[in-house]
Amino acid sequence: MNRKWSAAALAGALTLAGCSSDLPAAQAPGGTSESAKAKSEFFDQGEYERQLRFRTAKAVGLDSQDGAAKPWEQALEPQLVDTAKFAKPGGGYHLCFSNASVDNPWRQVGFKTMKEEVKLHPEITKFTVLDAEAKDDKQISDIQSLASQGCNALVVSPNTTATLTPAVEAACATGVPVIVFDRGVKTSCPVTFIHPIGGFAFGADGAEFLKDKVKPGGKVLALRILPGVDVLEQRWAAANEIFAGSQVKVVGVEFTNGDAAKTKSIVNEYIQREGKIDGVWMDAGATAVAAVEAFQDAGAAIPPFVGEDQQDFLRMWADEKMTAVAPTYPTYQWRTPIIAALRVLGGKQVPREWVLPQPKVTQDTLKDFIKQDMPPLHYAMCGCEGMPGYPAPWK
Amino acid sequence: MRARLRLGDGTGPVLVVLLILLVALTFVGPAYVEPAGYLALLKRAAPLVVLAVGQYFVVVSGGFDLSVGSLVTAEVVVAARLVDGDDANTWWVIALLLGCGVLVGLVNGLITTKLLVPSFIVTLGMLLVLDGAVFLWSGGAPRGALSPSFRVLGRGSADVPVIGQVPWSVIVLLVVLVAAVWFMHRGTGRMLLAVGDNDNVVRLAGGRVDRLRLLAFVLSALLASVAAILLAGFAGVSAQVGEGMEFRAITAVVLGGVLLGGGRGSVVAAAAGALSLEALFSLLNLLGVSGALESAVQGVIIIVAVAYAAHGAGLRRMLRRPVPDTA
Repeated sequence: MNRKWSAAALAGALTLAGCSSDLPAAQAPGGTSESAKAKSEFFDQGEYERQLRFRTAKAVGLDSQDGAAKPWEQALEPQLVDTAKFAKPGGGYHLCFSNASVDNPWRQVGFKTMKEEVKLHPEITKFTVLDAEAKDDKQISDIQSLASQGCNALVVSPNTTATLTPAVEAACATGVPVIVFDRGVKTSCPVTFIHPIGGFAFGADGAEFLKDKVKPGGKVLALRILPGVDVLEQRWAAANEIFAGSQVKVVGVEFTNGDAAKTKSIVNEYIQREGKIDGVWMDAGATAVAAVEAFQDAGAAIPPFVGEDQQDFLRMWADEKMTAVAPTYPTYQWRTPIIAALRVLGGKQVPREWVLPQPKVTQDTLKDFIKQDMPPLHYAMCGCEGMPGYPAPWK
Repeated sequence: MRARLRLGDGTGPVLVVLLILLVALTFVGPAYVEPAGYLALLKRAAPLVVLAVGQYFVVVSGGFDLSVGSLVTAEVVVAARLVDGDDANTWWVIALLLGCGVLVGLVNGLITTKLLVPSFIVTLGMLLVLDGAVFLWSGGAPRGALSPSFRVLGRGSADVPVIGQVPWSVIVLLVVLVAAVWFMHRGTGRMLLAVGDNDNVVRLAGGRVDRLRLLAFVLSALLASVAAILLAGFAGVSAQVGEGMEFRAITAVVLGGVLLGGGRGSVVAAAAGALSLEALFSLLNLLGVSGALESAVQGVIIIVAVAYAAHGAGLRRMLRRPVPDTA
C-alpha cells in the first residue's frame, strides 16, 4: 500500500514539475528586460500615451461654462457632434437602459447614482431598466425587447465589447439615439460613448506612485483579480510598463480572484518568502483591506499601497496613517449617460467620445472622501454627495 | 477484513506526504524554520481542515456535500449584513449562523434520505439555491461590516501558557478535530462508517441508516458554518469567499485516502489531507509557481487519489459499487 501511494505521489510530483518548468518565463517577475519582453497583447502604445496625456489635460464644460460644470459634465478634448436630428422638444421622455449587471459594489453604487440622477429631471417621465445579469445573450435580447417599448433614448452599458456590437448596431438602426458607457462597442453608431480616461491611466497612477515612494531595489508585489479582462489587463499593462522603466523590483504578480481570504494568504506567503515587501500594487481595490491586514497580522510595517476609492480602504489608510494612493474609476460616470440623453433629446451637441476626468485620491484629498457613515464598500468618487436623496439610497 | 479497514486506514501515506511537504517548506521558506511560520500555515489552513472534517462525515457514509462552499459564502454575506459593524450583535449572529448551518444540513439530509435523491444532486441543487439566494438578497455586493469581536476567532490569537500566542482558529481546529476523532471512535461513528460500506447490512442489523446519513449532512453543514465564521474573521466580507471550497474539501478528503462511495478512511487522514493541500499550495507559491496551477493540481490529486484508492482496494470492490465521478 505504501509503495503504491508513493508511486502515485511521485507521478503527481513529476506532473507538477513538468508543468511548472515552463511557467516562470510567462510570469516574468522582476528584471527590467524580462518585464519588457512580457509586454502584453493588451498594451497599445498610442492609447497608453493618449491616456497618460489626458490625466493632466484640462477637462472642459460642454457649454463653455467651465466654472460651473461638475466632473461628470466635463469632457476631455471633446469633438462635438450635432444631434439636431434626434431633437424632441417638450419633455415627457421615456428613457431606457440596458445594464450589463449589478453584481459588484462598483456597479451597485453607480446604478443607484444613475437612478438618483433620473429623479433630478422631471422631463423624464419613464425610466425602463433591464438587467442582463452579466450574460451576453440576455443583454442581446434585452436590447431587442427595449427596441419595441417606445424608448426616446437607449442607454447601454455593454457586458462585453465584441458580442454586444451587433445588438447595439441593430438598436441604432431603429433610429433611437443610443448612448454607450463604461465598456465600449466596436461600432461608431452610438451618438456618444462615455467613459473615464481608462485602464492605462488607472494602472499608471498607482505604479508611478510606487516608483516614487519605494526605494531603488525595493520589492513590489502586484495583485490582480483575473487575467483576460481588457480593462484590468490595461491597468496591469500600464503598471508593467512603468515598473519596467524603474528601479523597483516586482517580486510577484498574483491573481486573487477578488477573494479577500486568498489575497491575505498570498500576501502572507510573500512576506514570509521575501522577508519584506516594500510596496503593493493592485489592479482594483476590493481586497486592498485584506492585503493591508496581512501586514498587520504578520507584525510587519505597512508599505506604500495602491488601493481604490472604497470607504473601507480610505478609512484604513487614514487610521493606520499609511502611505497610499487610490486611483479611481469614478462611479460618477453613471450620471453622465442621463445628462447626455437629455442633451441629445434637447438637440444640444455632445462629444462623439465623451472622456470624463478620472481623478485619484491622494494624501491631500483623503479627508474629503472619507465618509464615516457610508458602507465599507461604498465608492467615494460617486459625485453623489450633493444629490437630494443622499445618503439613504446608497446605504 | 473489517479490522483492517477500521480507523487509521489510509492515515499513514497522507501523513508521510504531509511530513515531506512540511520539511520541503523549511528549505524554501525562511519563515518555516520557526514555529510561527507553521502556526501561520495552520491558521490559514484551519477553515479548510474544518470543512474537510465535515465533508469526511458525508463522504465516509457514502455521499457528497457540494453545498458547503456556497453555504460559506451565504453565511459570510449574511453575517456582515446582520452584524453591521456592531459588537453587540456578534454573539447572536454566530448562534444564528450555526443554526442556519444545521437547518441546511437537515434539508440536504432529509431530501437525500426521505426522497431518495442522490446526495450529489441534492447538494448541487443546494449550491445553486444558496448562490442564487445570496445574489438575490445582496444584489451581488455584500453590505454591512463585521465587528472586531466577530473577527477575533479568525484573526486574533489567544495567550496560551508555555506556548505563547496561539491563533484562535488553530484552537477551534484542534477542538473540532479531537471531537471528530472521539465521535468516530464511538458506536455512532463506527455505524456511520458501516453505512458507507454496506447500508443493507446495517439496516438488517437494526441500525437506523437514514438517521445516520442525516447526522452526517448536519455535521457537514454545521462545520461549514464554523469554517464560515473562521474565514470571515480571517479576511473579512467577500462574496467570493466560499468559491470552490467544496471541491477543495473533497480533494482534501480523497487526498487523505478516504474512499469515495464511503466505508473507508479516517478523519485524521482527511484533516491531514486538508493540511497537505494547503501546505502544497504554500510550497508552490514559495517556489514561484503561478497560483493558476492550483485548480490543475487539485484535479490531478483527485484523479490520482481516486484511481489509487480504486486499485488499492481491488477492482472487485469497485465493481460491486460503482464509484461516482467527481469531476
